[in-house]
Amino acid sequence: MNPAEPIHPEGPAPAASPARGDGRVGRALRAEQRFLRRPLNLASRVLLLAAAVAIAVSFCFPLWRLHLVAPQYEEGLDLFIYSYRIQGGGIGGAHLAEINNLNHYIGMKPIEQADFMEMRWMPFVFGLILLLILRAAVFGEMGNLVDLFALYSYFGVFSIGAFYYRLYTYGHTLDPKAPMTIEPFTPLLIGTKQIANFTQHSYPQGGAWLLCLSVALIVAAGWCSRKEAVA
Amino acid sequence: MKTHPTLPIAALASLALLGSLPACRGSGKPKASTSAGEREQNAIASYVAPGEKDEYYLFYSGGHSGQIYVAGLPSMRHISTIPVFTPYPATGYGFDEESKRMLGSFTWGDVHHPALSQTDSMYDGRWLFCNDNANNRVARIDLRDFKTKQILGPIPNTSGSHASSFVTENTEYLFLSTRFSTPLPRGRVADPNDYEKEFSGMITGVKVAPGTGEMSVGFQILMPPLNFDLASTGKGPSSGWVFFTSYNTEMAGTLLEVNASQKDRDYGAIVNWKAAAQAVADGKATLMEGAPVLDPVKVPGILYYVGIGKSPHGMDTDPSGRWIVAGGKLQPSTTVFDFAKIEKAVAAKDFEGEFRGVPVLKYESVVEGEVPVGLGPLHTQFDGKGNAYTSLFIDSNITKWKLPPWSDEERKDLTKVVLDKCPVHFSVGHLVVAGSDTKNPYGKWLVAMNKLSKGRHVVVGPSQPESSQLIDISGEKMRMVAEAYTEPEPHFAQILAVKDAKPIEVYPKAESKDPNAVWDMAETGVAREGNAVTAKVISVRSRFVPERIDARVGDELTVHVTNIEQTGDMIHGFGLNDHNVNIVIDPGETRTFKVKLTKAGVFPFYCTNFCSALHQEMQGYLVVKPAEGSPVAQAD
Repeated sequence: MNPAEPIHPEGPAPAASPARGDGRVGRALRAEQRFLRRPLNLASRVLLLAAAVAIAVSFCFPLWRLHLVAPQYEEGLDLFIYSYRIQGGGIGGAHLAEINNLNHYIGMKPIEQADFMEMRWMPFVFGLILLLILRAAVFGEMGNLVDLFALYSYFGVFSIGAFYYRLYTYGHTLDPKAPMTIEPFTPLLIGTKQIANFTQHSYPQGGAWLLCLSVALIVAAGWCSRKEAVA
Repeated sequence: MKTHPTLPIAALASLALLGSLPACRGSGKPKASTSAGEREQNAIASYVAPGEKDEYYLFYSGGHSGQIYVAGLPSMRHISTIPVFTPYPATGYGFDEESKRMLGSFTWGDVHHPALSQTDSMYDGRWLFCNDNANNRVARIDLRDFKTKQILGPIPNTSGSHASSFVTENTEYLFLSTRFSTPLPRGRVADPNDYEKEFSGMITGVKVAPGTGEMSVGFQILMPPLNFDLASTGKGPSSGWVFFTSYNTEMAGTLLEVNASQKDRDYGAIVNWKAAAQAVADGKATLMEGAPVLDPVKVPGILYYVGIGKSPHGMDTDPSGRWIVAGGKLQPSTTVFDFAKIEKAVAAKDFEGEFRGVPVLKYESVVEGEVPVGLGPLHTQFDGKGNAYTSLFIDSNITKWKLPPWSDEERKDLTKVVLDKCPVHFSVGHLVVAGSDTKNPYGKWLVAMNKLSKGRHVVVGPSQPESSQLIDISGEKMRMVAEAYTEPEPHFAQILAVKDAKPIEVYPKAESKDPNAVWDMAETGVAREGNAVTAKVISVRSRFVPERIDARVGDELTVHVTNIEQTGDMIHGFGLNDHNVNIVIDPGETRTFKVKLTKAGVFPFYCTNFCSALHQEMQGYLVVKPAEGSPVAQAD
């Protein structure tokens, strides 16, 4: 298929349409089928390639940053979360050990990358999504985009849910023998919160914004070709 | 003291000083001579608000405390102490194996003249060197972690390494020379009455390895028994040379106060250190106490003398490298030499004679002028804008004057080049201008290090600190803005812009190279091999792992403690009751101590450096059972 071919504005369904029935439902189904088979024009494919690049580049940046500030830590302690690793701030990632060391006073389990099963498969899923984007760009049908969008949204919501569950678990399984006793709590997923002498700031970072951008690009790719005529 | 005919005032002033200070200054209640507006202006000039930082480091020599003190400028606040030649339990220095090895059997030193390392005649912020006048040593402090890394010495054939440490323009060498002469080789006994014949001095060039800073004796030059005092290295046109002052041209071995103050001139020693290093490479040295020693009579061209005003102290090269200023402490002027003329005189063999087989440059041929700065000029510093600042011990002030080139009118009457005087309290020894010994000084600040602080502070008993005064030299007139006290006793100091140093705050885990370091709690523990018990311990808020060490009487206990913190100021100590042990381990550092166990018992150890809310709980026990086979042990 050559996206440079002239566009037929009305795009009547070809006679070979497999849709059956003439009722309202039938028409709607036919319209849907037509929609799913709409070709993606050059602009859409370029946007998809851009979305793929955004995902690839997102690996270089953290998705999330937890920033902890206390009187003794004016400059703050940082945890950067990537899809595939946890990185402490400071020289040699020293902030992670520092946060764990501070957390042992309240009996919180140490944050260790080995415990994060999802970090093993998440990059794989991102790779899969990236491949599906490239597939959509090559095959160039609206249906590919719908698959992609559904899978991507599910994955996104699932990941954020899993992240929240992690935070909840860490804050609610405190060693009862810890030197300091505090009420179980859930560290904030997004926003700013006071926990003992620390103010926690939790916000998405470059990687997350690039992923959001990739979603937006996928949506935009669909939008650009929404009126393409089915061949 | 003999009164010099031309210097009755100097003698009188000296006597006044030796008796008591003039009443107006020594009354104990110094009157503020500044107006309210000036006071406010001065206060603001040195004020560093809470949370703000100083612009410069001030590295004071600590004199016979054996240490280096670090203060901030312009606040003058003492920030930290770098232990060098004296144990210092506050940082565990002298208690762990590494620092004990460096200190050897000495427990004190006498730090006189710190010197920053240089590259192309500018401070490079790598090292600070300082000497020990008492035990003939020189030390290197690494400015990456502000810690003493090497102590070289006792240096062979040397007694009293006073004129030290002065580094060359690319830190190839640093110099030291003997304040005291002795019979050589050391250990030989001769009568001090035969001083002139039997005693010798020595100038030493200490070689500094370019990458590591490792010091070694490069060459020595055998000198007559003069008392060498201070030095400075050449730069620019005087590159490759080093200039020393000496007193006791009389070569008196007794009552130097009188007998070394008879002649009107003493000798400055002008050393071509590049030629000396080459002479050693050419095999012209003989070994003495294992050091290559050059005899300047047999190796011409490495040493020249020049007459200098009576009993000089400082011999300071200006930032351009052309003017060399010597202060004759028993005459009312400083002598300015022109290196261009020195070079010419050396080439033309323009000598006025020989001293012990070494040429003496003709004074009139090399001198530029004698500047009447006042009484007791000791030491001169430079601001890089053509001005010199000389400390006057007897007059107790700092005198600002103009370096050559001078106009004909000025040359006729050199009082005209004296620009300003600033009284200091009291009896200033050394002074330091920020960056004076570089080719491009920072200028701006001058610190006067006064030998007497009497009456300047609330009474703290008969043992008194010294006073240091901060003078703003950015304007035409000097302006004293602040005063601080230092422990005995700053002789000289170096000022380094904070921006020109790159110190660390923690030792990065990735750089941990100590084979006995442990970072994983699973690797800690106590192991025995015969009578040797070795514990590998982790310190981390707020515990030691392991917290129990078992041993027996007669064991040699070695403890390696690794502080696995990676956060600034999370320092842990390890104090062991009853065993005279306290080591302090900085974040990321591993330190080792050894102790021979001689008594049974259960001995607590604890963190001595406050670390956390549960610091008090950070403790453990050393359990020492009676020796195996002893009656008590069998009953056990």
